[in-house]
Amino acid sequence: MEPVTMAKAINLSLRDALAGDEQVLVFGEDVGTLGGVFRITDGLQKTFGVDRVFDTPLAESTIIGIAVGLALRGFRPVPEIQFDGFVYSAFDQIVSHVAKYRNRSGISMPITIRIPFGGHIGAVEHHSESPEAYFTHTAGLKVVAPATPGDAYALLRSAIADPDPVIFFEPKARYYMKEEINPSLEVPIGSARVAREGSGATVIAYGPTVSLALDAASAAEKENISLEVIDLRSLSPLDMPTILASLQKTHRAVVVHEAPVFGGFGGEIAARISDDGFDLLEAPVARVGGMDAPYPPSRYEKLYLPDVDRILEAVDVALAYG
Amino acid sequence: MADVVQVVGTDDPVRPLFTAAGELKADARNGLGLDAAALRDLYQKMILIRRADQEALNLQRQGELGLWGQYLGQEAIHVGAVAALEANDWIFPSYREFGMAMCRGVDPAEMLTWFRGLSHGPWDPRKYAFAPLAVPVATQVPHAVGFAMGSRLRGSDDVVLGTFGDGATSKGDWHEAMNFAGVFKAPVILLCQNNHWAISVPLAKQTAGSIAERAPGYGFPGIRIDGNDVLGVFAAVRAAAERARRGDGPYLIEAMTYRMGAHTSSDDPTRYRLDSELQTWSAKDPIARYRSWLQGQGHLDDAAAAAIDRAAETMAEQMRSRLRAAVPAPAGEAIFDRVYERPPGPFIEEREEFEASLEGT
Repeated sequence: MEPVTMAKAINLSLRDALAGDEQVLVFGEDVGTLGGVFRITDGLQKTFGVDRVFDTPLAESTIIGIAVGLALRGFRPVPEIQFDGFVYSAFDQIVSHVAKYRNRSGISMPITIRIPFGGHIGAVEHHSESPEAYFTHTAGLKVVAPATPGDAYALLRSAIADPDPVIFFEPKARYYMKEEINPSLEVPIGSARVAREGSGATVIAYGPTVSLALDAASAAEKENISLEVIDLRSLSPLDMPTILASLQKTHRAVVVHEAPVFGGFGGEIAARISDDGFDLLEAPVARVGGMDAPYPPSRYEKLYLPDVDRILEAVDVALAYG
Repeated sequence: MADVVQVVGTDDPVRPLFTAAGELKADARNGLGLDAAALRDLYQKMILIRRADQEALNLQRQGELGLWGQYLGQEAIHVGAVAALEANDWIFPSYREFGMAMCRGVDPAEMLTWFRGLSHGPWDPRKYAFAPLAVPVATQVPHAVGFAMGSRLRGSDDVVLGTFGDGATSKGDWHEAMNFAGVFKAPVILLCQNNHWAISVPLAKQTAGSIAERAPGYGFPGIRIDGNDVLGVFAAVRAAAERARRGDGPYLIEAMTYRMGAHTSSDDPTRYRLDSELQTWSAKDPIARYRSWLQGQGHLDDAAAAAIDRAAETMAEQMRSRLRAAVPAPAGEAIFDRVYERPPGPFIEEREEFEASLEGT
C-alpha cells in the first residue's frame, strides 16, 4: 500500500467502519458536503449518503446530545467536534450523559467522539488546546490519542467497535505525516507501544508529542544517551505494564504532553509510577508540558510548547540522579 | 390563560382544537373517541399518581427517602400525554415525571429506589420506552430529538415525547435541540410543563416572552394550552403525535399548570411565593375539575369513585411495604457494574480491590 497521511488513514478508517456496520453514523459541523475543515471526512457523504454522513447545525452540545439519542435508538454515532477548543460547550453532555448513561440505564453508549487537538499549527485562539485531562478524569469514558497514521487507522476502528464511549483525540499537527499502513493490524484500546527502544531513560508521550520524543531520542543518541520512547496511544485505560517494563530497564521517566503541566495527565502517570514502580526509580518522574498559562498567540507557541531541548533538559536532570 | 400563538404555516392540526385561550373546544372534547371506560381510566390514573406522590412525600418525611420532588397539580399533563402516545413511543423526562413513569407501567416502589439512594436508574428504559431521569436541566431534550432523528432514519413511524419545565427553556441545550428538531424535521413532541416556578424563580423572571411562540422561530408550530385539563393535553399530544407520525415534524406544546408543592422536599416555598397564588391554582385543580366533568357526563358514579380511591390506597400500601423491603445491591455491584460494557483491566482491578476490602466488614 502507498504511504498515506494520518488524515487519509482516519478517512479510510471511517470509510471502512461505515462500510462494515450500517449502524455507524458520521456527523458534525461541515463534515458532509465539505468533508470537514481538515478534509478528514472527505467523500464519505458521497459514498454513504446524507442519512449516514451529515452536517449538523453549529451546536456542539446538541451534536453530542443527539449522539446519545441515536445510540439509544441502536446507532453507533461518530460525531466530530471541529476543534479542541470547541468541545467545552459539549462538556455537560459528555460528562453527565455520554459517560454516565450506561450507569443509569444499563444501555451502552457506543459513541466515538473525534476531536482534533494540540498546537503547532499557527492557529488563532481556541484552536490549539489539549483538553484530554478533563476527559481522563471522567469515569465511563475511554480516551485515546494516536501518534501515527497506522495507529490512527487501527485505533479508530477499535474505538468505533467498542461498546463504550471513546474520546478520540487526533494530533492535528501530524495530520500530514505519512507512512504505509496495514489495515489488518489491530490496536486494542489500552495498549501502549514502545516507539523506540533505549536504556538510559524512558520518555512517555502520546499524540503530537511522540514524534517530538523520537526527535529528542535521536538528538540524545548523538550524545551517547539512549532513550526509550513509549507511545501511550491510550490514556484511559492506561497501559501501566508497558511503562513499568520500560522502567525496569531505564529507571527514569520523563512524561511529555502539550497540555499545561499542573493538573495535566502527566501527573497521573507520575503518580501511578510512584504507586506501582517506586522501587524502580532512580530519579523523580519529570513532566514536560505547556506552560500553566492559556495557550498563547501563535507566534509564541513554539516557546510555550515542549520542544526537544526541554525534553533533553529533563532527561539530563533525571540522569544526574544516582 | 394567555392568548394562543400565531403559527407560521398552515399545517397545524392542534390549533383548531383549541380556543384562543388554549381551552379544548367542546366539539373537540366530544370528538376524542374515548368511551366511558377510557375516560374513567384517565381519572383513575390521575388519582393513582397523586396518591403515589403523597405517599412518596410521606415516606420522605418518615426518613425512608432522601428526597422527593412532588408533581402535585401536574397530573393532567402526566396522564394525558402518556395516554395520547403509543406504547413504543419513547418519552424523555426530566426529573419530576414519576407520574408519567407509572402510566408507562413502572413499579412505583422500584422507581422510588432512585430517591432512596439505591439506584441511578431503577427501570429498564427499553422495557417501558421511558428514558432515565435527566437531572441537569434541559439536557434530555437533545436526546429526545436525536432519538427521533434515529426513528426517521430507521423508517419507523414511532414518535418521541421530550418533556421539560419552564426553567429548561432558558438553557442552551433547549434552544439547540429545538433548532435541530426543526432542521431535521424530527418526529418529536416537545412538551413544556410550565408550572410557573423554577425552584424560587417565577415565570416572569425566567423568560420575558412566550415559550410557545418560540416554536415558529425554529420552523414548526407551537401552542399554549390549559395543562390542567387532561383531555386538552390528551388531544394536543395526540394530534401533534399524529402529525409527527405522518412525517410533518416537531411540535411544541406549552401546557400551563402549577407546581402545587415545593420544588422538592428540601425546599420551602413560603420563602418566595404567596399563599394566595396557591389558592388561585387550587381552584383549577386538574383532578377535581375532571371529576366533576365526568360526573356531569354520567361516567363516574360514587361507587366507581370509591373503588378507585380504594385501589389507590392499596397501591400506596404496596408502595410502602415493597420500598421498605427493597434489598440494596452489594456495593461492588452498585458502584461498578454498569459503568462499562467492556470494563478496562485497571477498572476491574480497582473493583476487585474494593470488594476484597469489604470482605469481613
